[in-house]
Amino acid sequence: MSDNTKTIKGRTGDWEIVMGLEIHAQVASKAKLFSGAAVGFGAGPNEQVSLVDAGFPGMLPTLNKHCVEQAVKTGLGLRAQINRRSQFDRKNYFYPDLPTGYQISQLYYPIVGEGVVEVEAEDGSFFNVGIERLHLEQDAGKLIHDLSPTESYVDLNRAGTALMEIVSRPDLRTPDEAVAYVKKIRTILIYLGTCDGDMEKGNLRADVNVSVCRAGNYDKFKETGDFSYLGTRCEIKNVNSFRFISQAIQYEARRQIEILEDGGSITQETRLYDPTAGETRSMRSKEEAQDYRYFPDPDLLPLDLEEAWIAEIKASLPELPDDKRKRLMADYGLSQYDAIVLISEQAKADYFEAAAKGRDAKLVSNWVTNEVSARLAAEGKDFSENPLPAAHVAQLVELIETNVISSKIAKEVFDHVWNGEGSPAEVVEKHGLKQVTDTRAIEKAVDEIIAANPDKAAAVAEKPQAIGWFVGQVMKATGGKANPAAVNDILKAKLGL
Amino acid sequence: MAIDAATVRKVAHLARIKTPEDRLEPLAQELNGILAWIEQLDQVDVEGVEPMTSNVAQPLRLRDDVVTDGAKVDAVLSNAPKSADGFFVVPKVVE
Amino acid sequence: MSDLTKMTLKGAVDGLKAKDFTSAEITQAFLTSIEASNPTLNAYVEVTADKAMDMARASDARIAAGQGGALEGAPLGIKDLFCTEGVQTTAGSNMLRGFVPPYESTVTANLWRDGAVMLGKLNMDEFAMGSSNETSAFGPVKNPWKSTGSNADLTPGGSSGGSASAVAADLCLAATASDTGGSIRQPAAFTGTVGIKPTYGRASRFGMVAFASSLDQAGPITKTVEDAALLLQSMCSFDAKDSTSLDIATPDWTQSVGKSVKGLRIGVPREYVVDGMPAEIQALWDQGVAWLKDAGCEIVEISLPHTKYALPTYYIVAPAEASSNLARYDGMRFGHRAEDFKSLDDLYATSRAEGFGKEVQRRLTIGAYVLSAGFYDAYYVKALKVRRRIAEDFDNVWGQVDAILTPSTPSAAFALGDKQIDPLTMYLNDVFTVTTNLAGLPGISVPAGVDAGGLPLGLQVIGKALDEATVFQVGAALERAAGFTAKPGKWW
Ligand SMILES: [Mg+2]
Ligand SMILES: [Zn+2]
Repeated sequence: MSDNTKTIKGRTGDWEIVMGLEIHAQVASKAKLFSGAAVGFGAGPNEQVSLVDAGFPGMLPTLNKHCVEQAVKTGLGLRAQINRRSQFDRKNYFYPDLPTGYQISQLYYPIVGEGVVEVEAEDGSFFNVGIERLHLEQDAGKLIHDLSPTESYVDLNRAGTALMEIVSRPDLRTPDEAVAYVKKIRTILIYLGTCDGDMEKGNLRADVNVSVCRAGNYDKFKETGDFSYLGTRCEIKNVNSFRFISQAIQYEARRQIEILEDGGSITQETRLYDPTAGETRSMRSKEEAQDYRYFPDPDLLPLDLEEAWIAEIKASLPELPDDKRKRLMADYGLSQYDAIVLISEQAKADYFEAAAKGRDAKLVSNWVTNEVSARLAAEGKDFSENPLPAAHVAQLVELIETNVISSKIAKEVFDHVWNGEGSPAEVVEKHGLKQVTDTRAIEKAVDEIIAANPDKAAAVAEKPQAIGWFVGQVMKATGGKANPAAVNDILKAKLGL
Repeated sequence: MAIDAATVRKVAHLARIKTPEDRLEPLAQELNGILAWIEQLDQVDVEGVEPMTSNVAQPLRLRDDVVTDGAKVDAVLSNAPKSADGFFVVPKVVE
Repeated sequence: MSDLTKMTLKGAVDGLKAKDFTSAEITQAFLTSIEASNPTLNAYVEVTADKAMDMARASDARIAAGQGGALEGAPLGIKDLFCTEGVQTTAGSNMLRGFVPPYESTVTANLWRDGAVMLGKLNMDEFAMGSSNETSAFGPVKNPWKSTGSNADLTPGGSSGGSASAVAADLCLAATASDTGGSIRQPAAFTGTVGIKPTYGRASRFGMVAFASSLDQAGPITKTVEDAALLLQSMCSFDAKDSTSLDIATPDWTQSVGKSVKGLRIGVPREYVVDGMPAEIQALWDQGVAWLKDAGCEIVEISLPHTKYALPTYYIVAPAEASSNLARYDGMRFGHRAEDFKSLDDLYATSRAEGFGKEVQRRLTIGAYVLSAGFYDAYYVKALKVRRRIAEDFDNVWGQVDAILTPSTPSAAFALGDKQIDPLTMYLNDVFTVTTNLAGLPGISVPAGVDAGGLPLGLQVIGKALDEATVFQVGAALERAAGFTAKPGKWW
């Protein structure tokens, strides 16, 4: 079935975008994949480099167990096949950031095989993205171009750092879907603790394979598995923000459609997204003679995983986002929307659960996803850096539930609490924000307002909605502290409604 | 599968070995001789045979995730044709 | 004093321990010989005289203190394939001229741990690619042997030609070497010395300049089988830095030397009779069979049907691995960098064209070709499958035999320049040795006789994986029976 939200209008008819993504996620580890040098950010040039990383003669790779474990964990998190036997291959090419002249990767037998990821779309619907494989490989070093006009400087600190390359099926159809998919993978990785997901540091980056085809051809591809229904793809390398992913895809799809509509053809190539210019351009330097001559690395042996170890890793998995979403909906009666917002950040969901015990979960969820989130965002923090104890949110909600304060006053209370003035109860006490539930005090205020506005009181009989004006006046007179339900009841009685 | 001068040029580029034009043809001849000899492997029945990548029958050993190396910039740069400020220096790379 | 250089390694170690002479004395004796002989033989590319004397004096101090390892004070030559900390290591290539590793190979570290003294670095075929030492950037090594009535300079074989020549000419007590397709055993056979390649994984490859990772193994070249056992057991060790290193203990192989071979079953593979093999080689092989029979061995005719495919298999696997292993020599971080270049790509290509010799370039080209798109399955994967067939051939005979006897080489040493015209002719040198590299088995070459021109010839004993003990046992039996004591007449 063709979904018309996925079509792009061209001069000569409708087009569709088809995308597959390769996400490179840096494995959270202390040491590198094949050497004992440290992994990290911010060290001086070449300080985190061993002679193995620098490819010195006679240096040999030895495999980091933790990195293997992280890959298996991630594979399990992607509900993917864990391959009991995998193998490392060499991908051969020359580049100054690649010291040995080959990258150790896994082409023929990756450590993780097929899986599937359920992704939430913006509109709350779900779509599945097939995972083709996940393999372990080394990162390259870094070239610095701005230290000299005629030369490039090479820093190998990053060289040899473990990466997981997660390759999707060509199941992505819109820029939004691509972004939602990357966000979902990032969330899963962070839940698992296998990658910190820091895109600014380049610890998570995506290669986007974009092609366009005539509307309807994707469905034919899906039916037949025949790739010839799809267009020639271009790979946009190393896009490192959600915004750029979306922009790069939009630009690239347009570019391809224009070429095709002008009667041209797409050349399969690697392209680079330039955020300043807002366009993709060909990376000729990486393009010529792409023949990587992959072959099994003779310095390493096949990697065999014990079933028992896989089981042990499986048992150690944390609750995954999808499971958490379902549980939050079942245990707390939350809407799907609220649950999705809460699970987007593991610490946020944890925070919610810590505050929600015995309280009105919907109310807690609102406070967590609105006020608390907004304050953190304003300070550029995430939930893992949240200074506000969950118990404070719980207490605030309790105060609302027990009519000690109104929801409106609660916002004021929250301001004080956020500023570090103590617990909500303390703030209420200190600032005298307790709700007025004493009916005599409310009656007195009501009597005074009715007495002062006889015409309005008379009009209410014909126009009962106008009671709202009286409610407002009473609240004003009581400094907002009157219990709204009580105010309503008394007004109705006195106005004879 | 005879190799011609164009193939030699392509492979020499893959291997990043500068090969003068007048060497391509003689090299093609030479390589063809070696490859023709190698092609006697076609006589061997390898139906169902698993490729043998290693003589070692033991499983791949795994190392603990501890930092045991690095912090040796001087050693790393000790043989560099050119270096500056802790970096290797190479001709300008255009990306 | 000059007699000291003629000692065996075992004799020298015992003499040093007994304080019959000092390490400083024997080391000085070798340095003097090297100084006189090396300009002619070209066995050493670098002599580390000061370092040698320092090490010798340190050894003498340890001996005086009643300490010392298994090789304490013994001066050795080191093939220039082993990285030696602070000492230039070139692998016989202009690419690495001036390269000084800030690290020590595990094999040489083991030797220094056991008290050995380094005399210097030994010449070799460039990156161990060659069978005559003529591909060395430092010029060919000369074999101390000459054919009767001829003054032609002969090759000591390769790629460990410097090691073999130095041992044969008494320029060290023994030497390290390495063997990817026969590079220990062929030069040993050409120079009347003993050379053994152990089971793949016995000796660490850490710090050894790689040629073909799945085939490379270090081993010794020595004057006697006992010396080979002594040196090999020092070189071998489990090394966590090499993922292909075997996590097993190294036995005391010297115990196997001298043991009776009575009752051992010795296989004689009919496929090792190759076309055009000189009658002298066949005669030597027959003689070897007769000696072992006399010593009480049971001789079993066996078949290793895929033998003839071993060389073509090797000439796919080794260049393919080499093409990748040698990609690191790009002039960026170490090694030769061209002065004139037009672009980054041109810098790579020019540096490598200037830094690598012709044979290395030839093999890197073949290697890149057999791995390239469209040819990988037809050449490389096919070769790996045939490789398994070759290994299986051996597996199939170990039930019937304890060791296998073959000639080491299809001829005696040939003249320098003789086989340079056609690479294929040169490659045939390894026809008897290469099978054990492909299968990962131990093989020893023992000098067993001479050809009509008085040039040494070797016999090879191949053993089961990890069964170097039997290889030494049989090798020593051949050594005893052959009583090979000939030495080259000194002309250099
Ligand atoms: Mg990729
Ligand atoms: Zn990758």
